[in-house]
Amino acid sequence: MTETRQRLMIDPEVIGGTAQAPRLIGSVCARCATVTFPRQRSCPRCTSEDVHPRELATRGELWSWTIQCFPPKAPPYLPGGVEEFEPYGVGYIELPGEVRVEARLTESDPERLRIGMPMELTLVPVPGAPDKLTFAFEPVPEAER
Amino acid sequence: MSGGGDVAVVGVGIHAFGRHDGVTGLEMGAIAARRALADAGITWQDIDFAAGGSDAAGNADTSVSMLGLTGVPFINVKNGCATGGTALTTAHAMLVSGAAEVALVVGFDKHPRGAFNPLPEEWGIGSWYGETGLMLTTQFFALKIQRYMAEYGISDSTLAKVASKAFANGARNENAWRRTPLSEAEILGARMVNHPLTQYMFCSPGEGAVALVLARGSRVRELARVPVYLRSVAFRTRRFGSFEVFSPSIPIESAPSATSEAAAVAFEEAGIGPGDVDVAQIQDTESGAEVMHLAETGLCEHGEQESLIQSGATELGGRLPINTDGGCLACGEPIGASGLRQVHEVVLQLRGEAGERQVPKECRVGFTQVYGAPGVSACTVLTV
Repeated sequence: MTETRQRLMIDPEVIGGTAQAPRLIGSVCARCATVTFPRQRSCPRCTSEDVHPRELATRGELWSWTIQCFPPKAPPYLPGGVEEFEPYGVGYIELPGEVRVEARLTESDPERLRIGMPMELTLVPVPGAPDKLTFAFEPVPEAER
Repeated sequence: MSGGGDVAVVGVGIHAFGRHDGVTGLEMGAIAARRALADAGITWQDIDFAAGGSDAAGNADTSVSMLGLTGVPFINVKNGCATGGTALTTAHAMLVSGAAEVALVVGFDKHPRGAFNPLPEEWGIGSWYGETGLMLTTQFFALKIQRYMAEYGISDSTLAKVASKAFANGARNENAWRRTPLSEAEILGARMVNHPLTQYMFCSPGEGAVALVLARGSRVRELARVPVYLRSVAFRTRRFGSFEVFSPSIPIESAPSATSEAAAVAFEEAGIGPGDVDVAQIQDTESGAEVMHLAETGLCEHGEQESLIQSGATELGGRLPINTDGGCLACGEPIGASGLRQVHEVVLQLRGEAGERQVPKECRVGFTQVYGAPGVSACTVLTV
């Protein structure tokens, strides 16, 4: 993992922590406790502006998933990512008591994904920009569940 | 909004959907408008209010240079997939208020192959979202139906049956784009786009135009051979907790969708229940959308779609025929035109003028529902 230390987060407003222990940065409303991701300046539920940044949980359950089978258009994808395209998983991960976060999945085999499976936050290189890291969720190994 | 029973569709016109080289979106709109006027037996000079729009093919009001410079008040609408529904809402309000007696609404679009290239910044999201590979509408549709199938026991076969019905109906519609029937097996075996949705379960960006002439009061009886009353039109946007396209996160607390709310209001204002509907056109951007919208509109219970669709109830000869003109799946999706196409089709069905695809049972109540990003929906109830 030493090499990842040199890489930059895709957006430091979205991913905090360290390369070894990343955290997604959301926000929480001081009035109604609604959690959002990414960080918002006001609460989409109660409209309060008394909203503060919050590091979100790093484990949750897979709420829904799909496999992205064709290369996204560039832009907004990066052109290099399209040339080397391989299908990838996408899902929503329900972070308990917080929010469901949309993310890439490290698993792209539909046979190995199921709703409700435990997932954990990790970092992956940005397709087409290997010097940058973006977030993804990976299945929690059976032994750690 | 009340008095809807006083407003009727008295003319309809369509320019065929599909691909049409050499004709602009605005020209298609003007052609549809002339056909709607001819259907009502009037001229452009008789229109005292107009509203219309396209998403990507120009300002609707510039069509006056083709239709005639009569000084008519003409409102341009640009409201995503709900553009047609919003134009109709506007015209309906003008008629009900008494500000106009005969109105025209028009919707058209002309999207090239592979159109729709949204950028996160235009949707209030950082560029990281697109670079990470999450800025795709097809992903949203897949994620939403995948969860729904698990919760309510909907099968892959049902998704395929929605598409095969669309192409079967499209084969009977001279204005549809995809007119070749496809079997359930061919649809399931086609290229996977986003699990569980294959290539033929998605609509494609296309071209087309639709216009409607609406009238109120005594003008209805003067103009219409068979008046089709617009009993209600309701338009809503999303609330906190609804699951919409391009959402980096969604709340755990869920809320009724914009469609559920718009449909409930449309039925309430019309004084008609979902159980009274004889024929309906609902947004089928992909197969899963038709399945979910069937329940969101109240036309069936959540989970009931599996037996309803498997039994053939939503086919032309079934108890509740859905998307009788082939819907977006067979007609393609010219964004500005699709919402009005639904009303056009219901009018033909209620008049008994739908030709080869006429629903065999007696149709007195029709319903339409259009839905679009980022969570807008417009619904209508129409009766004869």
